[in-house]
Amino acid sequence: MMTAPEKQFQETLANAGLQSAVYSATGRLMDKRRATVCAEALPDYQELRQQANAIKKHTLENLDHYLEQFEAGVAARGGKVVWCKDGAEAAGFLTRLAREKDARLLAKVKSMTTEEFGLNELLEQQGLEPVESDLGEFIVQLARSRPYHIVAPALNLTRHDVAGLFTRTLGVEHETVPENQTKIARRVLREKFLAADMGISGANFLVADSGAVVLVTNEGNGRMCTTLPKVHVAIAGIEKLIPRAQDLAVFLKLLGRSATGQPLTVYTSFLAGPRRPGEIDGPQEFYVLLLDNGRTRLLVDREKRQSLYCIRCGACLNHCPVYRKIGGHNYPWVYSGPIGKVISPQFRGIGQDPWLPFASSLCGACAEVCPVKIELPGLLLELRSEIVRSKRLEGKSRLERLGFRAWSWLMRHPRLYELAGMMGSLVAAGDGEAWLKKLSFVPNIGPLKAWTSERDIPPLPPRSFRQLWRTRRAGSAAPPAPDRERERADNAPEPGD
Amino acid sequence: MPRKVALFVTCIVDQVFPEVGLATADVLERLGYSVDFPEKQTCCGQPAFNSGYRDEARHVACHCLDVLEGADYVVVPSGSCASMITRHYEELFARDVRRLDQARRLAPRVWEFSKFLLEVAGVDDVGARYDGVVTYHDSCHGLRELGIKEGPRRLLARVKGLTLREMDIPEECCGFGGTFSVKFPSISGGMSRTKIESIMKTGADAVVGADASCLLQLRGALSRDGLPVKTVHLAQVLASR
Amino acid sequence: MSRDHILHKVRTALGRSAGQAPAPAPEVRLRLPEMDLEARLRSFSAALEALGGTFRRAASQEDARAQVAALLDGRSAVASNSPYLAGCGITALGGVRSGFTEEPGLRSLCATADVGITSADFGLADTGSLVLLSSRNEARMISLLPPVHVAVLAKELILTGLDELFTTRALPGEASSSMVLITGPSRTADIEQILIRGVHGPGEIHVIVV
Repeated sequence: MMTAPEKQFQETLANAGLQSAVYSATGRLMDKRRATVCAEALPDYQELRQQANAIKKHTLENLDHYLEQFEAGVAARGGKVVWCKDGAEAAGFLTRLAREKDARLLAKVKSMTTEEFGLNELLEQQGLEPVESDLGEFIVQLARSRPYHIVAPALNLTRHDVAGLFTRTLGVEHETVPENQTKIARRVLREKFLAADMGISGANFLVADSGAVVLVTNEGNGRMCTTLPKVHVAIAGIEKLIPRAQDLAVFLKLLGRSATGQPLTVYTSFLAGPRRPGEIDGPQEFYVLLLDNGRTRLLVDREKRQSLYCIRCGACLNHCPVYRKIGGHNYPWVYSGPIGKVISPQFRGIGQDPWLPFASSLCGACAEVCPVKIELPGLLLELRSEIVRSKRLEGKSRLERLGFRAWSWLMRHPRLYELAGMMGSLVAAGDGEAWLKKLSFVPNIGPLKAWTSERDIPPLPPRSFRQLWRTRRAGSAAPPAPDRERERADNAPEPGD
Repeated sequence: MPRKVALFVTCIVDQVFPEVGLATADVLERLGYSVDFPEKQTCCGQPAFNSGYRDEARHVACHCLDVLEGADYVVVPSGSCASMITRHYEELFARDVRRLDQARRLAPRVWEFSKFLLEVAGVDDVGARYDGVVTYHDSCHGLRELGIKEGPRRLLARVKGLTLREMDIPEECCGFGGTFSVKFPSISGGMSRTKIESIMKTGADAVVGADASCLLQLRGALSRDGLPVKTVHLAQVLASR
Repeated sequence: MSRDHILHKVRTALGRSAGQAPAPAPEVRLRLPEMDLEARLRSFSAALEALGGTFRRAASQEDARAQVAALLDGRSAVASNSPYLAGCGITALGGVRSGFTEEPGLRSLCATADVGITSADFGLADTGSLVLLSSRNEARMISLLPPVHVAVLAKELILTGLDELFTTRALPGEASSSMVLITGPSRTADIEQILIRGVHGPGEIHVIVV
């Protein structure tokens, strides 16, 4: 979409139930995070962030080395690395593997990476049955929707939505108590786990020195999918690497806290290859699909490379006042919130949805909480500049460009700038918005209209600061006596006047 | 103690809130500073920079650098504009050695108003009196780019007659964001309403901020909702007697 | 083919060539706090109980067996092959099945048993976590499939936290294909952020430290 879906935004904003659900859920996650990273709870939090940032930076700068080291490590333990340029290659490999193993039922651990290319749909088209096993993701799959949030996929749905959905899709009694709903999901999914032919997961980290995949889940579905089926396939973006197992001491402390305010997520699995001789259970085959899917494009630029540091904790979504207003589904791609605004245009090209990086007040709340210190506002600024340079913005933007050019010129000519200001206040003299009507002949009134759609325009002062300053200086060297404008200051803005 | 400061009032103060500029000058003069207003100043260039128009922003920034050249201290009643000059000019002129050097020489001399009072003038009591209950809005760029958090509160705590009542979300964005406010009016408006709810819960008669742009947004939204809360710049509070 | 393609793109983007040694990595950051055993046990207990698990101390191995028996209260259980459990006499308790070396039998039992009993390689004091490395003595599914998990371990195995774990086990993959950290009962908050325990993994976790 070339322009922002303003209508959709308005619909979301007008949905009071959804607004309060999103605002309170993200608010709770914010509180929980704060309680676990505050100085009393984690004195070295800032040092850990710095270290995490340094490790990610280093890993990406030497990525080819770590990819090869990882591959060798997996192979040494009897697993196999499969390189995939894109989602189609990954889905193709899985389909062939499933055929070869005579597998049909695939138990799946929540993975944002596989959402990038709609893996489930691709597998279904091949007659396979992928089943999402994270409760939230299970709900999203039943609703045939997409995740609303990186870590809380069904954040937008209420227990009543879930009740209706379960009745419709699972044929169970109408059940509105979340605890009982969870039991239903447990029962349905337990059968799937026990019957599954293959387990498919993403990866939170790939550990180069160990050839290991690290997975964290709270529910235990990650362990189920990687313990019970004969085959485990992990699909991971190439940016997920970290050099050493010991680096996990840094990342695990940050991930759970940033995501859900847990010092550690309930289950952290460190998986190094298939089951070994003597081990009683675990998969007999172990594959890691290393996926590019656009990531190498993000590696090129030194600054923008940091977009790949992301460990998908979702903290930037929870703290983003824009996400908290428009929720996850108004973002054009699977990644929402600040990180979505930064990586979507880079993965998909800035020509697609060029409005996206502009949908931010640049408040910086995201960067403040990012556990790997991605400079999100800086990246948004960089992308904005690229989009403007590429002239991808249509129609209205030509006017905007002219506008900024004229503005830039005016700002370098103080006398004309002053004159323009005087004309403005002359037109605007007196009452609030009446002057707007007088101005309605101005072609680029769009911004004014947009402003007044939500807010009033304050009455413009009859004289600018510089004019008042001249008067003040001419009057005397002593501090000035109150004049009309100072009255205005002291009695200040009475709204509605 | 240096006795001379240059005032960079920002374009929004110049054109929309001149009283903020006057109040800033009043406070500085009462502290014994001689205040100069370099008349050729206009804007720091941030609107264009934030909108992706770097060339246009650069032209304006060059002008700003020239205008402020030579000043020992530049006081800016806005964290956002101060940060534009002290932090973002560096990016803007990354490939222009001469301008970069000029920007780097200027940066340490540019002070956001409240920081100047506390860290250069070394005062937290400016002898102000303001009768009323106020709440304080942390402006994003001042807060997150310049670390302005406790400073304004320290200054407010010394104002006689003033009671500060904190919001539950003082650090949440007001929704202004420059051109964001007109490119995404409904989101921007929604954000300001959340902020205003929090302001109203405090029961304060006024919301104080250190950035005129946030106050413009909040005032516009308060007025639209017919709410009787004033928006006042920190300088105005500190200039009151 | 895709391998070369991707590696080539990576190297081109980074300006590196095949086989080029990596720049030195940032130093490993592991901090080992001074914490005596008693403090570790207190911390472990507090963290685990905050998560909804229970913590018990046993004065001796016999005491541990008695506590497990009381916990079981006649329910069926499957125990791992850990010599420590056998040493405590836990595997000999009535209703406790153990000694499985093949997956199918173990799986069907785990799918129906009320309680799974394991030992643990370590505990982590600051988070109340159990660390289990998969082996012929510890199957993965015992701590996973039954609705209740009971773990019995010697007190010396309670480390201060992750940093000590990764100091002791710099390469966990060498000893086992699976190391799992279990921090409290299985949980979710996916429906309206309401905390519910026991989604897929055990909803109850009891740790007995001897």
